[in-house]
Amino acid sequence: MTALASPLAAPVPCGPEIRHERGQRAVFCGLTGIVWLHRKIQDAFFLVVGSRTCAHLIQSAAGVMIFAEPRFATAIIEERDLAGLADAHEELDRVVRRLLERRPDIRLLFLVGSCPSEVIKLDLGRAAARLSGTFAPDVRVLSYSGSGIETTFTQGEDACLAALVPDLPRGNDDSLLVVGALADVVEDQFARLFADLGIDRVRFLPGRRAADRAPVGPNTRYLLAQPFLADTARALEDRGATRIPAPFPLGAEGTTLWLAAAARAFGIAPSRVVAATEAGRARAGRALQAHRAALAGRRVFFFPDSQLEVPLARFLSREMGAELIEVGTPYLHRSHLAEDLALLPDGTAVTEGQSLDDQLDRCRAARPDLTVCGLGLANPLEAEDLATKWSIELLFTPIQGYEQAGDLAGLFTRPLARRARLEG
Amino acid sequence: MQLTLWTYEGPPHIGAMRVATAMRGLHYVLHAPQGDTYADLLFTMIERHGARPPVTYTTFQARDLGSDTAEIFKQAVAAAYERFRPQAMIVGASCTAELLQDDPGGLSRALGLPIPVIPLELPAYQKKENWGASETFYRLVRTLAGPRTDAPRIQASCNILGPTSLGFRHRDDLREVRGLLGELGIAVNVVAPLGATPADLGRLGQAAFNVVLYPEVARSAAQWLERTHGQPFVETAPIGVKGTTAFVEAVAALAGVDSAPVLDGEGSRLPWYARSVDSTYLTGKRVFVFGDATHAVAAARVATREIGFSLVGLGTYSREFAREVRAEAESHGIEALVTDDYLAVEAAIAAAQPELVLGTQMERHVAKRLGIPCAVISAPMHVQDVPARHAPQMGFEGANVLFDTFVHPLMMGLEEHLLAMFRDDPEFHDGVAPSHLGGRPREAEAEAEVVVAAASTVTPVVWSIEAERELKKVPFFVRGKARHNTERYARERALPLITVETLYDAKAHFSR
Repeated sequence: MTALASPLAAPVPCGPEIRHERGQRAVFCGLTGIVWLHRKIQDAFFLVVGSRTCAHLIQSAAGVMIFAEPRFATAIIEERDLAGLADAHEELDRVVRRLLERRPDIRLLFLVGSCPSEVIKLDLGRAAARLSGTFAPDVRVLSYSGSGIETTFTQGEDACLAALVPDLPRGNDDSLLVVGALADVVEDQFARLFADLGIDRVRFLPGRRAADRAPVGPNTRYLLAQPFLADTARALEDRGATRIPAPFPLGAEGTTLWLAAAARAFGIAPSRVVAATEAGRARAGRALQAHRAALAGRRVFFFPDSQLEVPLARFLSREMGAELIEVGTPYLHRSHLAEDLALLPDGTAVTEGQSLDDQLDRCRAARPDLTVCGLGLANPLEAEDLATKWSIELLFTPIQGYEQAGDLAGLFTRPLARRARLEG
Repeated sequence: MQLTLWTYEGPPHIGAMRVATAMRGLHYVLHAPQGDTYADLLFTMIERHGARPPVTYTTFQARDLGSDTAEIFKQAVAAAYERFRPQAMIVGASCTAELLQDDPGGLSRALGLPIPVIPLELPAYQKKENWGASETFYRLVRTLAGPRTDAPRIQASCNILGPTSLGFRHRDDLREVRGLLGELGIAVNVVAPLGATPADLGRLGQAAFNVVLYPEVARSAAQWLERTHGQPFVETAPIGVKGTTAFVEAVAALAGVDSAPVLDGEGSRLPWYARSVDSTYLTGKRVFVFGDATHAVAAARVATREIGFSLVGLGTYSREFAREVRAEAESHGIEALVTDDYLAVEAAIAAAQPELVLGTQMERHVAKRLGIPCAVISAPMHVQDVPARHAPQMGFEGANVLFDTFVHPLMMGLEEHLLAMFRDDPEFHDGVAPSHLGGRPREAEAEAEVVVAAASTVTPVVWSIEAERELKKVPFFVRGKARHNTERYARERALPLITVETLYDAKAHFSR
């Protein structure tokens, strides 16, 4: 503000500038979530009801995992299934029976809807209820949609967890439920931290096995570990649970604020939070220090992918000193991300949705130092001499919590370091 | 519904993308839901393309279904034309849009663009990737090659048809075939789809004849050119020395040139390598071949006639080419396996007990599970099948590559003999895996037996402890066959117990 500025001038801009964009979108559909969800729930099987395209997508996304007798498959809809619906249900029953005969170790079967099954209005909810009746008590059958017309990438996990919620038992305990699939190692670290804080009734959703079902009731407080869980949160609130607002546990600051929010909700003294997190914060600080020089002042551009973009941008700008050109996200949940948005630098351009070619024009014009994008764009942008970080790795790598903060920063510094080596 | 884990081919619109991405100046507008853009990364990652495929997807979402997906499609076509200014466009629907009943062809026509816009009908619930590539290429040629003219043909000239994006070694095959034609003095008029523009397709009729490298992609276009432009075509795959020789003779005859410049030249090292004494141990090694029709048939011929293996299995996932593969299998005295179910392939491999598998990525993994050496000879492929080095399958250099490819996974002959001599050598025993299995301790045999057991519905046979111990002394790479043969021998004679004698009786019986 200069002395000449009128007191009636427009207010100083505050917070990020959020824009919406519509057009061609280069994103995965929700079926992709199966790739990590089937590793997380060890006795669940995911049966996609879809087309050859769906089978081909999962095969392409799962890469080499397809050969490890994974617990997912596709029931490919054929022409005769399109001819009449009654027949499609019989076909589905036949396929499920054959599948469960082959895999008697399965305790939980998800029927996963796809674009074709949604468009022909195949009622997978009804099929799941019917099949649950047939195979109870050995196997529970649930359904959700991972179709591209309804879900983007990580929203597939949201739909899956939301389908699990009605299936959870009732409980009236004062308990904490941590929601979102985390790497087992991260989950274990968080469990230890909550114990150190004195929060002893902590459960995770999803559980590692179908039988791990956290009780939920009016005294349940839940803490989101992932930013893409809108429907799951709504389902939990329908059961009476309350959300603990917090930024997401990425980086040292994010993890501390996330833990502190839970501690506050459970009436734990701030001094105890400081004591319980001291060692972790110090280790994370040391690990991040090594990467800060490489990222400080670097201009970063995010293409939309997973909804992790806003908390990642917050981590890069506040903890690593990076500059944010544009933060694209496929969907922005204003209230779940309120704490992260508030920590972004004023005026940060946040774009919800996508018009691919227009966004590519903006990216090329800005020539960022690092572009976070999907594998369809990464090599083409590298060929234009723009350094990229492929975004899917942020889902397949443990990145949350103190012990992973350095690894998280490393994911962003590695492409820059590599370029420096190859140009040296 | 078909329960599917692994699919050898993608849906037909992926085939259309392979043609569009191979060409220049062509744009594909695909009516498809959000998420179908995953296909881009096949090109950008597996083939490491430095540009996005020339494909615009409408990426409609659920909220668009109630309103006007047709309008979204029209806007996408108009915007793609404005932005990319292609010479021609292809338009079509993916599996989901096929259910919506929007009419891509009609909607595009309504825009009145000043370029050819070719609608594709690719039935996603009946057909697959290679068919889609073939149909797309056929439609493009049909639309763009024009009617027959009286203009004279270019003397001794041909078009090369079939190479696409994501084709197995198409890049390097093309270089070899161009070299052969150059040595013969045959001019190459147009190569398509790979590297061709729509305008180039307009010049197809100027060549004297066509060379079809990959019938899966180009046969139907070549047949149309034969009917409409009177161009004969050669479909002999120049794979292996014999295949290459036959190919050279065929194209030389069609072009009216002398084949001597090529056939009297250096040729390939394969014949001498295969004749040299250290290849003796390859004689009669049992090989199982599976892949697309062109590569499976060619690999079977090279393996048997040029390297001296015995063919114990031949199959394809290309139903459109089942007849050719069946005929080839028959000539080897076996029955072809035509299936796109990898579990059926796995069972067939387990039952055939081969010593080498030549197949796709999927067979590589099956072979790994069964502890059998393997080489990849056909799509579908992984990123490692698009090598930085020149690695053709076709031509004389291709034959060199094939010899190395087929033999490398096997152990050296001498090593094999030493293993038989010193069965308990600490460095050369069952616990050491062949190099292609990563040198890790082998656990494959137990699993292999499970698979064999699962694959055979016959009653199990009882082994005495001594016989089991003796079987362990048989080198692991033939142990599966020894077990299989002994059990068969015992079963045929209804022997209640397999003893050491039974093992050696069976060995004598089968070593014919």
